[in-house]
Amino acid sequence: MMTGKRIGMESSLGIAEAVKLANADVVAAYPITPQTHIVERLAELVANGELDAAYIPVESEHSAMSACLGSAATGARTFTATAGQGLELMHEVLYVASSMRLPIVMAVANRALSSPLNVWGDHSDVMAVRDTGWIQMFAENGQQVFDLTLCAFRIAEDPEVLFPVMVHLDGFHLSHVVEPFYLMEQDVVDKFLPRFRFPLALDPDKPLTAGAFFPPGVYGEARRAQDDALRSVRPVISRTWREFEEISGRSYKPVETYRADDARVLLLTMGSFSETAMLAIDQLRERGQQVGLVRIRLWRPFPFTEFRQAVGNAETLVVLDRAISYGGPTGPVCAEVKAALYSEPKRPRIVSYVGGLGGRDILVSEFVEMIEKGTALAESGVEEELLTIGVRV
Amino acid sequence: MIGTKTLTDNPVDLYLRADRMPHIWCSGCGVGPSVACFVKAIHRTGLDTDKIAIVSGIGCSGRVAGYVKVDSFHTTHGRAIPFATGLALANPELKVVVFSGDGDLAAIGGNHLIHAARRNIDMTVICYNNFNYGMTGGQLGPTTPLEAKSTTSPYGNCDPPFNLPHLVAACGASYVSRWTVIHPRQLEKSMAEALTKPGFTFVEVLGPCPTTYGRMNKLGRGVDELRAYQERCVVSNGVDPRDAEIGLNGPILVGNFVDLSRPTFWDHCVKIFGRAQKK
Ligand code: SF4
Repeated sequence: MMTGKRIGMESSLGIAEAVKLANADVVAAYPITPQTHIVERLAELVANGELDAAYIPVESEHSAMSACLGSAATGARTFTATAGQGLELMHEVLYVASSMRLPIVMAVANRALSSPLNVWGDHSDVMAVRDTGWIQMFAENGQQVFDLTLCAFRIAEDPEVLFPVMVHLDGFHLSHVVEPFYLMEQDVVDKFLPRFRFPLALDPDKPLTAGAFFPPGVYGEARRAQDDALRSVRPVISRTWREFEEISGRSYKPVETYRADDARVLLLTMGSFSETAMLAIDQLRERGQQVGLVRIRLWRPFPFTEFRQAVGNAETLVVLDRAISYGGPTGPVCAEVKAALYSEPKRPRIVSYVGGLGGRDILVSEFVEMIEKGTALAESGVEEELLTIGVRV
Repeated sequence: MIGTKTLTDNPVDLYLRADRMPHIWCSGCGVGPSVACFVKAIHRTGLDTDKIAIVSGIGCSGRVAGYVKVDSFHTTHGRAIPFATGLALANPELKVVVFSGDGDLAAIGGNHLIHAARRNIDMTVICYNNFNYGMTGGQLGPTTPLEAKSTTSPYGNCDPPFNLPHLVAACGASYVSRWTVIHPRQLEKSMAEALTKPGFTFVEVLGPCPTTYGRMNKLGRGVDELRAYQERCVVSNGVDPRDAEIGLNGPILVGNFVDLSRPTFWDHCVKIFGRAQKK
């Protein structure tokens, strides 16, 4: 069931459409490549009167996220978008948003980090904000960007959740491409996403203090409670996605697979490169190889159960990271995956690849190479700390 | 044939990384002409290029650091001045120049601008003001005039802008001027003065951005924007910079506004630490 008319639109503008349909009250943002088209379009929608919201053109990303805190704390539906350096500049404020349980939604057009300066896509920015306490999910194409943004508001504002949500989309590779979209009717969205009532809203008639000083005697309890709360939102996310499927016909799961049922070798990706990886899987399947793809859609809170189920029967798991953990154990995603599987009685051999840094493409042939070389390496039992794909060494 | 001379090299090539040309700036952009004035100003002062360091932030004018043939550093967005402060204090022999844009210096890096001026750190800040964020596609910034259009203010800006000369003068800058790129002689001379004067010196350079600000505000091509500057500018040396606000239309005051002497941060350090060490 695909409702409405299919149209072509830049992914960034698709996000703006979702924010408009979500009837956001406040958008605070600072320009940064490759995110700018999202908020430019929102500024236009606000100025045209098509979205009844306040648009705050702040003076930096730190201020953007700070303004979002204030606005969300009053119970306003709040959106922002950023990328790369901008996300890093927000860093300290990100923790405050999640700790104060402010349901802000942010689109992140994933971008590499300086120095050297690079405005193109990779996941270095995501990995640096991994532990900020935000719910984080990855989109692979334009439609998903639209859908996940709508769902993000609903998830963030669910009284059982009340956490901020990041929707990740690859800078340029996804943010700037024209994609096919099915948008949704306003009344359908309104039913799915009713008016937000923030139970902890700042209100002059019922004063409260948020974010106050916590000495050592209580700080640990607050942190523990926050982690428990974040871990407990997984069923709500899955439920929301199921409800979304009912109105859209499009289904989302914390971990998704492609031709993985009988796969002996699995490739793991996150974000828009997954669609290229699918072509590589198809090629290898045609050659009779039992290979498949696993994609982590929900990055935080990490879907341990679904992930273990998805990879439990494979012999080899080849993980692609689009970020480096300098001097660390493999790529950051691979390190998590290894940790998630360590306690399992039966687990695949794991090979870590890093590639697609700073906007570098990964070709179908390179995905094939990763799977084939990765499998051979896994079978040989040699452990490499860091393998790169498509990088001159 | 007598007295013919062929000029194969531009005399300022010495100061530029010619191998990096062509530059990235759009045709009709004013950043290039401002760099020409800047390197001529270096030439005029006779400063040793081995003792000059250029620091830029992010944006179109942030690219200057890569094109001038001296030690240079392209920092993160807004942080050119703190980086330059470190340079200036660690090596007081260096002539430290920050060359960046209005968005980088006055919005995301605005805090650093006012504090460097307050401390009177020995550095020259050249601010190319094109009234918007050019590189990211023309959003409104801290200098966008009221009512001006930008991609984030499609019907006109409601944020009152900074008057940058007034801002830095009020914070304690030793030298403050504003020129446009149609004043190349005055601009070059003013940059040379700023480069040789101790303390925090600030030159605002107004110039066209036909690709974004010019387009959004129907100012025509770069050359048309220059003509508008020619018509609107009133040379007003010594005027109180508080009177030099820039509107969407109307006169633009340009000139050398402030030239005074007050102890630099380093002067204070030498005095106070020197006294402490004698004890
Ligand atoms: S966008 Fe504007 S400031 Fe940037 S290079 Fe082009 S004309 Fe110059």
